[in-house]
Amino acid sequence: MQVPSHVEYERAASVEHALALLGRPDHRVLAGGHSLIPMMKLRLAQPGVLVDINGLAELAYISLDGGQLRIGALARHADLLDSNAAGQHFPIFHDAERVVADPIVRLWGTVGGSLCQADPSEDLSAVFAAVRATAVIRGQDGDRSVPVREFHLGPYETVVGPGELLAEIRVPVRPGTGSAYEKVARRVGDWSVAAAGAVLQLDQGTVSQAGIGLTAVGAEHFVAAEAEDFLRGKNATEENFAAAAKIAAGHCHPVPDQRGPEDYKRHLVAELTTRALRRAAQRARERAAA
Amino acid sequence: MTIRVAVTVNGHEYARDVEPRLLLIHFLRDELGLTGSHWGCDTSNCGACVVWLDQRPVKACTVLAAMADGHIVRTVEDLERDGRLDPVQQGFIECHGLQCGFCTPGMMMTARWLLDRDPDPAEAEIREVLSGQVCRCTGYENIVRSVRWAAEHAEGTAQ
Repeated sequence: MQVPSHVEYERAASVEHALALLGRPDHRVLAGGHSLIPMMKLRLAQPGVLVDINGLAELAYISLDGGQLRIGALARHADLLDSNAAGQHFPIFHDAERVVADPIVRLWGTVGGSLCQADPSEDLSAVFAAVRATAVIRGQDGDRSVPVREFHLGPYETVVGPGELLAEIRVPVRPGTGSAYEKVARRVGDWSVAAAGAVLQLDQGTVSQAGIGLTAVGAEHFVAAEAEDFLRGKNATEENFAAAAKIAAGHCHPVPDQRGPEDYKRHLVAELTTRALRRAAQRARERAAA
Repeated sequence: MTIRVAVTVNGHEYARDVEPRLLLIHFLRDELGLTGSHWGCDTSNCGACVVWLDQRPVKACTVLAAMADGHIVRTVEDLERDGRLDPVQQGFIECHGLQCGFCTPGMMMTARWLLDRDPDPAEAEIREVLSGQVCRCTGYENIVRSVRWAAEHAEGTAQ
């Protein structure tokens, strides 16, 4: 029998209340709880007090606003999967959400919780890095914005400090873009062995901007920066995609574990990055033709 | 320290003083005696513990009872109404959807939720929605058939 560690429980009545509670020592946010509670069972997390923010409806939304997709931190995975606005502009979100855990877990796990969990194998970190999203972190003195590419300090560690709460993720909507996410897992609903997300902005067949995110393979900030640099200004061709993917595979740092040896993971990075770029380009062309 | 958890389960109001770390599945089984929901893998993988929390299925081994305070829970005990089985329950009988029965309460609660949203789901949709729940007896074929049976015999018995 797995029992969570001893803990006290507070329910936040408002964002301000949550921030006040989170400023106290040993208080920790409880959102969907689908990572935190299992970690408490294993004693990998032993917070003194949980601050339940599930009642804060003002943090649960997905909207298109002023050329930006705005995702409230408390939006559930299922909400993002069901969002037409998100899927229309960023099919990468729907690709990824279809392979995050299982449909029941997706009803409760939150988008913000995924980012804050900062698990190296978690899918949305690479996705938000690929689309160059911005995290809006709320504190008692107001909001501060941090690029998702600077949000993670390392495994299970983010820039969100005591007395702060991730409130929103913002993604700029750019014309002429296509995006995709490709993942290999050992079985349905499992963590990635490796995965790659790609965002391409095409200008008459030329890559004007590229975003490549990598999951579970030790990529710094979940990004394949060298591959992005290579692609920018190049033609959107199979040869260039394969070359970029090879660069991505060479620059990440996969660790051999029960999910596979290092060379297999590098092979996956190259193949999945190629596939993600190919699909992203295809979607960009389809949108341009529509 | 304990906290008071007041929750409506299957239309009945209950209140108990419990430890904040108590999981919803144990609250239902040990505090309320509602043992229809099963406690399985304890790691949100198997789905034997699926109940509804505010109209949506949840793996009750991965939420705290405290999180359900003030909310509405529905368990497998509520599928039967006035001595009449829910079509999902009848479907599991007709199509041999269970053998040992351990996964069944969770399977049926998810199936009921699916059918309320989509009364005529394709086989692929049924398999997708049940993909986070494990059966080690029947191999899923009969479970999918059971849900389809319920879809085809819904008239007059749906909630």
